[in-house]
Amino acid sequence: MKHLLSAGDLSREQAITILDTATQLAAATAQGVGKLPPLRGRTVVNLFYEDSTRTRISFEAAAKRLSADVINFSAKGSSVSKGESLKDTALTLEAMGADAVVIRHDASGAPHRLANSGWISGGVVNAGDGTHEHPTQALLDAYTLRNHLKNNQGDLDGVKVAIVGDVLHSRVARSNVLLLRTLGAQVRLVAPPTLLPIGVNTWGAEVSYNLDESITDVDAVMMLRVQRERMNAAFFPTAHEYSFRYGLNANRMKTMQDHAIVMHPGPMNRGMEISADVADSARSVIVEQVANGVSVRMAVLYLLLGGTEGI
Amino acid sequence: MTNVVEPGHRNSRVVLDADDMARALTRLAHEVVERTHGATNLTLMGIPTRGADLAARLALKIESIQGSPVPVGALDVTMYRDDLRLRPARALLPTTIPEHGIEGRLVVLVDDVLYSGRTIRSALDALSEHGRPQAVQLAVLVDRGHRELPIRADYVGKNLPTSKSEQVSVHVLERDGIDQVTIEQSS
Repeated sequence: MKHLLSAGDLSREQAITILDTATQLAAATAQGVGKLPPLRGRTVVNLFYEDSTRTRISFEAAAKRLSADVINFSAKGSSVSKGESLKDTALTLEAMGADAVVIRHDASGAPHRLANSGWISGGVVNAGDGTHEHPTQALLDAYTLRNHLKNNQGDLDGVKVAIVGDVLHSRVARSNVLLLRTLGAQVRLVAPPTLLPIGVNTWGAEVSYNLDESITDVDAVMMLRVQRERMNAAFFPTAHEYSFRYGLNANRMKTMQDHAIVMHPGPMNRGMEISADVADSARSVIVEQVANGVSVRMAVLYLLLGGTEGI
Repeated sequence: MTNVVEPGHRNSRVVLDADDMARALTRLAHEVVERTHGATNLTLMGIPTRGADLAARLALKIESIQGSPVPVGALDVTMYRDDLRLRPARALLPTTIPEHGIEGRLVVLVDDVLYSGRTIRSALDALSEHGRPQAVQLAVLVDRGHRELPIRADYVGKNLPTSKSEQVSVHVLERDGIDQVTIEQSS
């Protein structure tokens, strides 16, 4: 594999290889090895057409810890604001010798276009495209689940996960459903009917409209961000009502199994989909998810760029 | 149990059996104790996978001689290899650093087979990321020659003259179900 475009492209073996590699890389970091040598002399371009804090910083930290040279490109303040096309930007990056391009784009499918257009010869990593996919987020979520529930070993067979909230617009949800199912986990999507996409019944995940009934038997609850900018689009009546029906608060958290964890891809709307006391509780692994993101992205970059050709 | 080579397997012969291996490791343990003046400042670092298995055994043997436990760890060298780009990306193996680290310790690297010396060069680089040992020595079960770098072992279980077309395989009980070293013509 040369690119990572969709979580659905990964076989169970490939996914486990990435998670195992991330485990070893996390151990190296924990042992105080700040910099590892395998990508010395390789150039990774972070091509970000959309705002991002943690994903871009996470990819940058990952590439630097593997000794790659990193070029950060954000659409703001670049020739994109003068109207340069993705193609011309890609050709420029190719001319500068990019070995891999990490792309975030507001258009679903942009990473696929970049990888299959012949514009660039290097690998492409999808860092989130439109409402389509965010495969490294799914990998870091799988890593976090495996760390807490499977002692960092093997797949996620038998693990039950509830993904709650704005599934309709969530690339995180799409990638997670694909990857978690590949790894053997059972996924339940919980959302108001207006925030579920057409055809969700074909995803191979259970669907529920009722949060209270959906969290008592799961091993993890993954809350999705509600995008406040969409609140006026009549997906739900008011923020208060959404929070009342689909927000995770302390009372709801009490009904979860003792070992169950709370996840959130960030950025959080505290008080909206997740209450502050839940976000800061002992069950919350939200900060761990960020740390795990660096290890998982290191694993992806190492496996795609570390050898002759990727996994 | 997959890599077990039956004695008499075509093109393969056993050069060390379980008893030979045990004796070689016992001798190595005594040599390490002697050369390190009682192994008081000793830390063993095995190179995964089978070097790490052998390091754990060597530590037990030294403990039985000296009466005090020997810190033992594992050191993955994959990311430090000079041929990383020549092959598809390889899976990483565990690195474990003993409790008190390697700073100021007398570190003995342990590997199963010494061949080109490139693994050991990588190991020296990997080791330096974890601290500055007082000294580094090398123990191997088999030295098969054909060095490509100025590296030699301080402790050798068996010198095994080979041709480059041959393959030397070390099998260990905990991983392969049998203790033996075989040599075969690679196809």
